[in-house]
Amino acid sequence: MKILVPVKRVSDPDNANKIKIPAGGAKIDTTGLEWKPNPFDEYAVEAALRLTENGATPKQRGGEAIVVTFGPPETVTTLRSSLATGADRAIRVDSTDENLDGALVAKSLRALVEKEKPDLVLMGKQAVDGDSNQVGQMLAELLGWPMATFAATIKEEDGSLLVGREVDGGVLTLRVKLPAVVTVDLRIVAPTSVYSKQTAPTFKYNDGVRFAALPAIMSAKKKPLLEMKVTDLVPDTALSIKYLSYEPPPARKAGVKVKSVPELVDKLVNEAKVL
Amino acid sequence: MANVLVVAEFGEGKLKKTTHSAITFAETVAKGSNGSFSILLIGGGAKAASTELAAFGAAKVLVADDAGLANYVAERYSPTVVATAKTGFDVVVTAAGAFGKDLMPRVAAALGAGYATDISSVKVDGAKLTYKRPMFAGNAYGYCEITTPIHVVTVRQSEFAPAQPKGGNSPVEAIPVAPPSTGADRVTFVSLDQVKNERPELTEASVVVSGGRALKERFKEVLDPLADALGAAVGASRAACDAGYAPSDLQVGQTGKVVAPKLYFAIGISGAIQHLAGMKGSKVIVAVNKDAEAPIFQVADYGLVADLFQAVPELVTEIKKRKAG
Repeated sequence: MKILVPVKRVSDPDNANKIKIPAGGAKIDTTGLEWKPNPFDEYAVEAALRLTENGATPKQRGGEAIVVTFGPPETVTTLRSSLATGADRAIRVDSTDENLDGALVAKSLRALVEKEKPDLVLMGKQAVDGDSNQVGQMLAELLGWPMATFAATIKEEDGSLLVGREVDGGVLTLRVKLPAVVTVDLRIVAPTSVYSKQTAPTFKYNDGVRFAALPAIMSAKKKPLLEMKVTDLVPDTALSIKYLSYEPPPARKAGVKVKSVPELVDKLVNEAKVL
Repeated sequence: MANVLVVAEFGEGKLKKTTHSAITFAETVAKGSNGSFSILLIGGGAKAASTELAAFGAAKVLVADDAGLANYVAERYSPTVVATAKTGFDVVVTAAGAFGKDLMPRVAAALGAGYATDISSVKVDGAKLTYKRPMFAGNAYGYCEITTPIHVVTVRQSEFAPAQPKGGNSPVEAIPVAPPSTGADRVTFVSLDQVKNERPELTEASVVVSGGRALKERFKEVLDPLADALGAAVGASRAACDAGYAPSDLQVGQTGKVVAPKLYFAIGISGAIQHLAGMKGSKVIVAVNKDAEAPIFQVADYGLVADLFQAVPELVTEIKKRKAG
């Protein structure tokens, strides 16, 4: 299987509460926050590796995983770390977040899919900065491909994937015939979530994404990395959504610590009046 | 003058209450712009809900009911939404849940329309609409405009109170189901495993009791009595779900359910940024955690540093005492 995995670079999600919004709200300032791969996209890379290998012999590649990112030159770092964990090659589409929106990314990916002809586009369900959860779905529509979003489990069958999706109230299972678009949710990297046809059904992965050993980090430098521009893929780069300003969330007034359960209930009944 | 199309959410034989929040959004936009709104009811057996939806003051209730739509598959629903949107609508809306977020970006792409999701409020200035939406796990809110002629949006159920029926009788019109999109023949619905839930829906409850990983296998045993005593919904942190102590659909957080109840109990939850994103809009937050430094205490209105295995049963007893006395 040939899998295309879009990966977005985002500001450290575990420090999202340290972003600054200057007075007037003209922008969101993420200075001081480290860049990290979008966690959901990291999970997609891991899922792509599981789908293109026999889990028992991961050093032998059994398929192709191509990672692609849209970003400035420094984003090759994001790509190299995916290459180090096992992806086969990488593509950087030169751009900055200010010049992109989800629709433009989807259109660019469509053009890339038409060039690369992967069997599957596998990506995180949402980027944790924009929190839009849209690109995979838009791409599927533009390609006229079936999709399965919020995937928690994927099992490769002959020419199709059996996908368990986390939905409100439970798990919805779909079978999609390749080529298809799948977006992944948090639990896709659990030990028994993803199986290629090559992997024994009794095999158990480690929980989470695999780490890159130092030799892999070194050899990743030799893996092919292609660079291109958005306009190589899409002639019209107009955006369909425009942000006018930003503001911080409403501040909560400071709380108090109570010393006992009776004191807590007393306050909830008499002070907060919610009981 | 904006004409809004509400896509009702109908599944498992019933109309979901998410629809009523989308109607409130539509009313706001229609009233503020001197426009109107209609409701598209789509699904297998959906016409059963047409009488109920005819009481909300919509210009029309359009019903696309077909056995082929019995189980939700985006590739089968999207074309009818797209075709209907093209009959003179400026904004297409549904609530921001698993259904809306799966379907609406496809609708947007098919229409060449701009898409904004998880809208928490909208400013209406004639036909100009400015949407407010959370970003960076709710640590920022962005005000945005959609630059295409048609807008596609999903709205947060926690921010748009459900519309109440007003009476009246909107005309109900059956419409044909549009042919499925390319690719529809390559997707098959296999099954839907629903977690049976006798409690209020997490996203609609006025009291939520949420548990973290610290509860371990005693998650249900410890929290159920508290939820019962309060008539509350039960939620969970991501860690509790990942570890299998709670089903995934109870997860409250940035990428799970977003709730804003009157009262939220965070039991044994440390308060990671991603969890806060799903509940910091709650009116009153109570935290019980044995770690006095847990970040949850920074958003809690009332914090109790205690062993939850002692404190929660004591809380249940105390609450029952108050309710009886």
